[in-house]
Amino acid sequence: MSQFKSLMKEGMWGNNPALVQLLGLCPLLAVTSTVTNALGLGLATLLVLVGSNITVSVVRNWVPKDIRIPVFVMIIAAFVTIVQLLMNAYTFGLYQSLGIFIPLIVTNCAIIGRAEAFASKNNPLLSAWDGVMMGLGFAVVLIVLGAMREIIGQGTLFDGADLLLGAWATVLRIELFTFDNQFLVAILPPGAFLGLGLLIAGKNVIDTQIKAKASPVAQPEKAPRARVTNLT
Amino acid sequence: MIVQSMYKNGAILTAFALITTGSVALVQTLTAERINEQEQQHLMGLLGQVLPHNEYDNVLYKDCVLSNAPELGPNGPYTLYRAYKNDAPSAVLVRHTTPHGYSGNIDVLSAIHADGRISGVRVTRHEETPGLGDKVELAKSDWITTFNGMVIESQTDPRFAVKKDAGQFDQFTGATITPRAVVSSVKQAAWYAKQNFEALFNAENACGDTQ
Repeated sequence: MSQFKSLMKEGMWGNNPALVQLLGLCPLLAVTSTVTNALGLGLATLLVLVGSNITVSVVRNWVPKDIRIPVFVMIIAAFVTIVQLLMNAYTFGLYQSLGIFIPLIVTNCAIIGRAEAFASKNNPLLSAWDGVMMGLGFAVVLIVLGAMREIIGQGTLFDGADLLLGAWATVLRIELFTFDNQFLVAILPPGAFLGLGLLIAGKNVIDTQIKAKASPVAQPEKAPRARVTNLT
Repeated sequence: MIVQSMYKNGAILTAFALITTGSVALVQTLTAERINEQEQQHLMGLLGQVLPHNEYDNVLYKDCVLSNAPELGPNGPYTLYRAYKNDAPSAVLVRHTTPHGYSGNIDVLSAIHADGRISGVRVTRHEETPGLGDKVELAKSDWITTFNGMVIESQTDPRFAVKKDAGQFDQFTGATITPRAVVSSVKQAAWYAKQNFEALFNAENACGDTQ
């Protein structure tokens, strides 16, 4: 059980694919202009990651080491294509707004990274859990970054959520404030870089504080030890 | 030795290729109908936006011609949907593209009547700067509705230009290139449609019943 807990901690915080491993930055930076897009891509990545982790783990004993990478890539590509087809069929609007970034999940290093580093060495159950946690960790960062950029850039939250969740979701849209002109830096790619930088910095600050709390500043002083030399 | 491992690994790779392509093909057949439906619905919604429902009574996406005319853009062939009202030609809905946008091509859909009257225009795809050039989208600004009801008079109709170029269309603050590109593309497409209106309706249907 403790293994599941530590995997959870690794995926969501300690070894977060977006904040620590810095994997899969291309979609991370490109689609996080709104929460809806971020959520859509986060879910798609999560699905692919869990699917590929389970499959890789199931077949790990039959795949010779020399050809494991082509096999992994093939498995991942198949999952991405399937997710793409499903999104095209059931969330057409979102499919159009994510556009090229769904096929690009194939080259999301977070996915092949987990296949290589974890799923190819562990049993399917653990690998599935690892996929869920890594995928969630990635999705949460996407969503936080998307929310930051959408609030600062357009003053809204969940704009266009109906594309992902169906017509009822239009009520989710929150207009926090209105601009005459959108704040472009937040919406354009530089805003994504700045936002991600701030998130990483924030995580580092929190980490240092936790560390400082865990180990009290001054070590308790040890009793002075008499050093006795050359007593003659 | 090498040959043997090549055979073995090749066989394993082939097996995986078969399984993965098999599952992709399976999902594809399962979703094909629904994807097709979604695309048609999307297209119908789009076509309905530029031509009001009382102006036609045929199924628009089932009646079209293809054209390679340079007036419509560099990446032909382009689809022109034909709208009929009481079996008489009513309007032609032209898909056209301009490469003169600020970044990438801008895809446009325009509906034009026989006398050159423009029923409606929509930008269907673009990569213009958010917040500046993207005001050509109806969701961002009603600028695109300036076209509604305008009648094209000549190939160089001076009203079809941004105000900076002595035309009738507002340019956006900080973004003149995008509206200029859209306006000139619509001008050319509208003129093409007006000039070739009869020929277009005499041509053979290229969409028809595909099922």
